[in-house]
Amino acid sequence: MTQEPALQIATPLDARTPWTRRHLLDLDELSRDEIETILETTDAMKEIMGREVPRVPALRGRTIVTLFYEASTRTRASFELAGKALGADVINVAAGGSSVEKGESLIDTVRTLEAIGAEVLVMRHPAAGAPYLVARHLSASVVNGGDGQHAHPTQALLDLYTMRAHIGDMRDKRVVIVGDIAHSRVVRSNIWGLAAMGAKVVVCGPPTLLPAGMRHGQQQTEEPLALPHVEVETNIDTALEGADVVMALRLQKERMHGGLIPSIREYATLYQITPERLARAKTGALVMHPGPINEGVEISPEVATSLQSVIEEQVTNGVAVRMAVLYLLARGKA
Amino acid sequence: MTTLAIRGGRVIDPANGIDATADVLIVDGQIAAVGPDAGKDASETVDASGLVVCPGFVDIHCHLREPGFEHKETIETGTLAAARGGFTTVCAMPNTEPPTDSAAAVEFVLHTAQTQGHVRVLPIGCVTRGRAGKELADLAELAQAGAVAFSDDGSPVVDPHLMRRALEYAAMLGTPVIEHSEDPALSAGGVMHEGWVSTRLGLSGIPAAAEEAAVARNVALARETGSPIHCAHVSTAGSVEIVRSAKARGVAVTAEVTPHHLALTHEAVMQSGREAPGGLAYDTNAKVNPPLRTPEDVEACVAGLLDGTIDCIATDHAPHASQDKVCEFDAAAMGISGLETAFAQSLSAVPLEKVIAALTVAPAAVLGLERHVVKIGTLSEGAPGDVTIIDPKAEWTVEPETFASRGKNTPLAGRTLKGKVVGTVFGGKMAWQA
Repeated sequence: MTQEPALQIATPLDARTPWTRRHLLDLDELSRDEIETILETTDAMKEIMGREVPRVPALRGRTIVTLFYEASTRTRASFELAGKALGADVINVAAGGSSVEKGESLIDTVRTLEAIGAEVLVMRHPAAGAPYLVARHLSASVVNGGDGQHAHPTQALLDLYTMRAHIGDMRDKRVVIVGDIAHSRVVRSNIWGLAAMGAKVVVCGPPTLLPAGMRHGQQQTEEPLALPHVEVETNIDTALEGADVVMALRLQKERMHGGLIPSIREYATLYQITPERLARAKTGALVMHPGPINEGVEISPEVATSLQSVIEEQVTNGVAVRMAVLYLLARGKA
Repeated sequence: MTTLAIRGGRVIDPANGIDATADVLIVDGQIAAVGPDAGKDASETVDASGLVVCPGFVDIHCHLREPGFEHKETIETGTLAAARGGFTTVCAMPNTEPPTDSAAAVEFVLHTAQTQGHVRVLPIGCVTRGRAGKELADLAELAQAGAVAFSDDGSPVVDPHLMRRALEYAAMLGTPVIEHSEDPALSAGGVMHEGWVSTRLGLSGIPAAAEEAAVARNVALARETGSPIHCAHVSTAGSVEIVRSAKARGVAVTAEVTPHHLALTHEAVMQSGREAPGGLAYDTNAKVNPPLRTPEDVEACVAGLLDGTIDCIATDHAPHASQDKVCEFDAAAMGISGLETAFAQSLSAVPLEKVIAALTVAPAAVLGLERHVVKIGTLSEGAPGDVTIIDPKAEWTVEPETFASRGKNTPLAGRTLKGKVVGTVFGGKMAWQA
């Protein structure tokens, strides 16, 4: 009788850069080495996912709770699958509406979850900073699964992992992110992660979809605590010139209200990633999208399904990255 | 006849140009004399040697929350907080429940202050009925009952036509209008200053223009009507510049600044000075309206106060219960509990003599409070026996849990400030002593 294979992911990386953090709130506090640790642990997880029975008992007996205050299919399912693949018990809690509307405070809710045994809390919340509030009041580990317009670190990690798989060293690579930069948590986390890996980030969109302090031709602040500098372009053709990676963002249809854009049609005319535009990027440049896609709005169907597109691979890598994150945070818990 | 002498302190009385070592003698609740040895025969004496003695502070902008929000503050706790902060007169904003938009509501505040208050409370009445911004409140009735000014503070009077009429009507009564200058269409959804900190934190911003557009409107209306308007809590360099140029043109506009806008920037939202997970504080105690702005704005507010563009300091004391603040940043209430830190925080930005003037004679002049309390904000003979005693060199650590205010919401928790109020005399009696 064969024994269940032991998990061979107490990797050599651990010796080089031991993982000591309790939470994963954003990439802004991670060093390049720490990000490498996650990405290399993800390699090991990918190997597990390729096995006939893609399961290991590394987190057997650990309890992971996903607490989602916003609708989400892929992120929540991805975390659940990741936890289960590592043998953890995963409990999904969908909290409808904001905690305030329900009359139960967020802190009360998470304390209850901790009291019933949550050791890792994966949370998504519409208010920026909510996971930071929770981390202050909880002894469990907190994984930020997206907080308002602030951060979405596991998305940025899976993006980095996907880029690294195709490109290798990201130093001085031109990564162009197109779309609603102002309201995107994906962009903010990607800017930190890409800056740590030495990539050159270009953001592109109309001025109404760029956040304060990011205007084309405007001096960016020298404040040491501000977001890292990025190149800002409003013209997509200029932005795409020589790109190694092109990432389109989902355009929320409600952005038409409040004068952010005149119409979806005009947005698509100006900013859709089309085959003609993509030709300005480097040959074989990666096409990415955090999903879900509005085909024919921010990206043309031909581009989304082209050979250059790694959009489906991003989703698959998302599970492996989340396995790595959960493993690094939860393995030491007694 | 009861006599109280505060002896041997450095007396600073900006209204009378006094800055000298002297005694202050209070007889039957009124200032009787200021001078060397003026208090040598008093029945009761306080030794103020090495300390600064000045008129009791006047706050023309605070929120006492009663009636309606007694879990945040009451007139009793708010006025004790005032006494601890050196204030002997506070003007209570009318955004209570019900709002102070009727004679009965004004009388409630006055009566409660008389029976439970530790210092003088002067009520401010609403500009519009129910603070709804639709029609004028019964302004003459409010003034008759004792309202010293009109304001819908917490909200602006959005409709410029209604504001025009309010200014015209209030001028007939000789009662000033205080406007919370904010264009709600520009500030909608915002929870902090729009700038690099809001961009990093992913929080929705309130642009400086939301305030400046409203200040400019108020200046235009004051000029059009010839009626005075007072701009509450200006916070941006642009607002200061608009007020400066309006004053130069002779427009009857005045302005106040809060201690926190003189000393703190939007970075306080990100970094509280205490250890925070992930290094980002999202400090709801630094969430306030108008928001904390940039260092350039702070500099402009200080310069504006020093050159007289900004007339006075007012606290905008806005106490909240812990559940209003220990929550998501977006959901947190706006406001800082400021009465007990106002003096020291102001002193961190502005010289002592200016702080005292900006907290005494200047705010009294802005609202014309001498119409209600003779010689208020001064140590002139016959002025109320309201005196604040300060140790300008004492260093102390802000411990919100020790506040008299029910609102422990301050971004200064744990910080060391210099300059401490050590005694507050109200109407000739010690209202509070360290």
